[in-house]
Amino acid sequence: MSSEIVQVIQNQEVTYSDTDMMADETGSQYLSFIVGEEEFSVSILKVQEIRAWEVPTFLPNSPGYIKGVLNLRGTIVPVMDLRMRFRFKKVNYNATTVIIILKNRNNGKDCLMGCVVDGVSDVFNLEESEISDVPEYGSDIDSRFTSGIMTVGGNAVTLLNLDNLLKLDLIKHPYSGGQVVNG
Amino acid sequence: MEIDLRQFHQVFFEESLEGLDTMEQELLNLEEDSDKENINTIFRAAHSIKGGSATFNFKEVSDFTHVLETLLDEMREGARPVTKEVVDLLLRSVDCLRGMLNRIQDGDSAGNEHTELIDMFNRLLGGESNSSAGGETIANLGNQEQEGREKNSDEMLWKIQFVPQSYILETGNEPLRMFRELKAFGALKVHADLSQVPEFEELNPESCHISWNLELDSEIDKESVMEVFEWVEDDCELTISQISVADSRQSLNKEKFSHADQSEQSSIELSTDIEIEENLEETSTSSLQPTAVAVDTTMVTTEKTKSFVADKKAASTASIRVGIDKVDTLIDLVGELVITQSMLSELGDNFSMSKINQLVSGLSELEQNTRELQESVMRIRMLPIGFVFNRLPRMVRDLSTQLGKKIHLEIKGESTELDKTVMEQIGDPLTHLVRNALDHGIELPEERVDSGKSAEGTLTLNAFHQGGNIVIEVSDDGKGIDPEIIYKKAVDKGLITDGVEMPPEQILSLIMEPGFSTAEVVSDVSGRGVGMDVVKRNINNLGGSVDIESEPGKGTVFTIRLPLTLAILDGQLIRVASEVFVLPLVSIIESVPYSTTDISRIAGDMPVYKLHNDYIPILNLVDEFEIKQPMASVDEGLLAIVEGENRKIALRIDELLGQQQVVIKSLETHYKSLQGVSGATILGDGRVSLILDIVGLSKRASERATRNRNRVA
Repeated sequence: MSSEIVQVIQNQEVTYSDTDMMADETGSQYLSFIVGEEEFSVSILKVQEIRAWEVPTFLPNSPGYIKGVLNLRGTIVPVMDLRMRFRFKKVNYNATTVIIILKNRNNGKDCLMGCVVDGVSDVFNLEESEISDVPEYGSDIDSRFTSGIMTVGGNAVTLLNLDNLLKLDLIKHPYSGGQVVNG
Repeated sequence: MEIDLRQFHQVFFEESLEGLDTMEQELLNLEEDSDKENINTIFRAAHSIKGGSATFNFKEVSDFTHVLETLLDEMREGARPVTKEVVDLLLRSVDCLRGMLNRIQDGDSAGNEHTELIDMFNRLLGGESNSSAGGETIANLGNQEQEGREKNSDEMLWKIQFVPQSYILETGNEPLRMFRELKAFGALKVHADLSQVPEFEELNPESCHISWNLELDSEIDKESVMEVFEWVEDDCELTISQISVADSRQSLNKEKFSHADQSEQSSIELSTDIEIEENLEETSTSSLQPTAVAVDTTMVTTEKTKSFVADKKAASTASIRVGIDKVDTLIDLVGELVITQSMLSELGDNFSMSKINQLVSGLSELEQNTRELQESVMRIRMLPIGFVFNRLPRMVRDLSTQLGKKIHLEIKGESTELDKTVMEQIGDPLTHLVRNALDHGIELPEERVDSGKSAEGTLTLNAFHQGGNIVIEVSDDGKGIDPEIIYKKAVDKGLITDGVEMPPEQILSLIMEPGFSTAEVVSDVSGRGVGMDVVKRNINNLGGSVDIESEPGKGTVFTIRLPLTLAILDGQLIRVASEVFVLPLVSIIESVPYSTTDISRIAGDMPVYKLHNDYIPILNLVDEFEIKQPMASVDEGLLAIVEGENRKIALRIDELLGQQQVVIKSLETHYKSLQGVSGATILGDGRVSLILDIVGLSKRASERATRNRNRVA
């Protein structure tokens, strides 16, 4: 099932590059996905790949939302459950649960982080100007983790601030080496 | 055509530095009664450095090595005895050459520290061979001297007729260089025969159409002359004969007559740097301004050198020399792997259940191939530890002179192989340990005699494999380390509080704490209190450990344990609750069945296990790591007694699984480092497993003990 979704995304990408890309050349592409009952998005350029859910290897003393590490073709990549990071109540792992491998820079080096979401939904093009600020009313989600709201097909989609969300320094980990050594 | 020689520079530097290492080693082995082979080896090394540097036009180096060679030659002939003085001078020259080469490699000039040494050599060589000694003399070997010698018609000359094949330049041989070498033996007259040079239109600049008639005024024997042409013997017609000076003048005149129109230009003056190709051009176009040509070339070369220097620093990459047998093994293995692969793919193309046995055997073959391939690839990075050991004799020699001690250095197991990365980083700690042993360990000869030992102290370096580790021992038979002094000192320095009881080996390991130095006099050699802690840190960084054993009056042994490679670890898989971890096999002492009767509880409910006379803290990984599942076995299971940095802890585990070699992957690549975990690996089923870090875990255990104690207090 999840592999089908990956397939869909790939197909869409192909369609874009064939036709729509030309028309919407100025906008950027985003990937939207479902966490809990809400829709979120990230710039597609930050997405390395999407994998089916698998139980990662446990990391000692980690905060609950760090599910562990998994083997991404030989490299060890940590996995974070976005639903737990956003303190959503309902967390279950089913056939549509996927891990989106996101790229981000941390302390001057490129890091990968797997993010567990309830399912991927769409890839779309959007102008920068169509992104509005996050309204300042109380949200469960830490405001540092969001950077804007966009409307896609009548639905509100929250754009995530990956710089903060994936920042290793913001992940409190007792007994961690503290400083991340390069290399 | 100009061949870009710079591409060979790196190789030249590597080879020369290697040659210098050989020279150094052999010089140290050089005793008065040593056989000729020793000196020959040194001579050969010096000779190839000289040849190489002359080819690449590092004139200072070639001139200097030439002087060196003159002295070595005398030693080889037995004309000069091997004395400490000579060896010292030669060793200094080795250092000097190393410095020169390094500077040239970095794009600087060679410097002039060698001039002083050349003077010393010349003094040593005395007047006995003033025509062939001394760098200065070579450069200045001019016509005057030649003429002066010519008058002495009793002397014999070597007449050499050298007719190279036209392809000689393609073989990388440079006649000019050989002539330079000849010139080193004495006054040399070169006469080039240009009669075979074709018309300019037909001229192939890559072929050599010149032949030479040489006259060498020197007393060397024929073999030495032949040696110069050693490399080209098969590519030329060579006649070497001895004639009297009178004859030579006649014949020369005759030749002059026959090529009257060309001979003036064609007698090549060797001290200029005109390339042969240029000479060809000059003569065939009957050049009008040969000097201008030469100047231009020099300018071009300088510019090129500059640009080369700029990008050289970025381009210099480390290289490794691999024995051909290792490469051959690899090729064989790859061959086998290819065969297995094609067998399997054929099997896969038309597979039926009846072929399941073939598949199984094919897969096991594949597994074996892969493992062997992995091992031999690893072996490529392995170098004998002799590379590190070999730089120590020199240091011991220098230091023992400086300290006024008599020391005999014994090296064992220098062929023990070790990963290159580990080796590069073990050099400094090892050097430091040796310095320490010399400075603090071994006593002065009088002291030794007083305490009933032989005046000569012995320092032993030993290396061997033990399990997946390499063990390096640095032992001396000196005065040893007195734990009491260390203890007092540690109390003085506030490293420990007085009254704390400690086993002797733990006291000894205090000398590796930062800021600890017991030397009463701070010496140039050691004793600034930085050092032992750096040694320890460096070795720990490599995943190794240092142990000290010492008996006052008898000596001290430092034992360094290092993993063979940083990339692979022999692991014991263990299961705790639902998690599989990897324990480094080397850290495991034993595993015992867990039973509550062996467990005592001490201060603050800290469970300990009594092993022999030791109480070992028990660590439950489920609690320590906050594993969410409980252990499968509440009152049973196993205790794995593990040791890191001399501290033992007992880990409660559910099950010992298999042992296997695991490839170490860093957690820090995409995450952070975690205390208690040294890395991760990928198991056969593709899952990640964490590698436990015993040192980190025992630190956590002792931190917890302290917390508990505080709580109780």
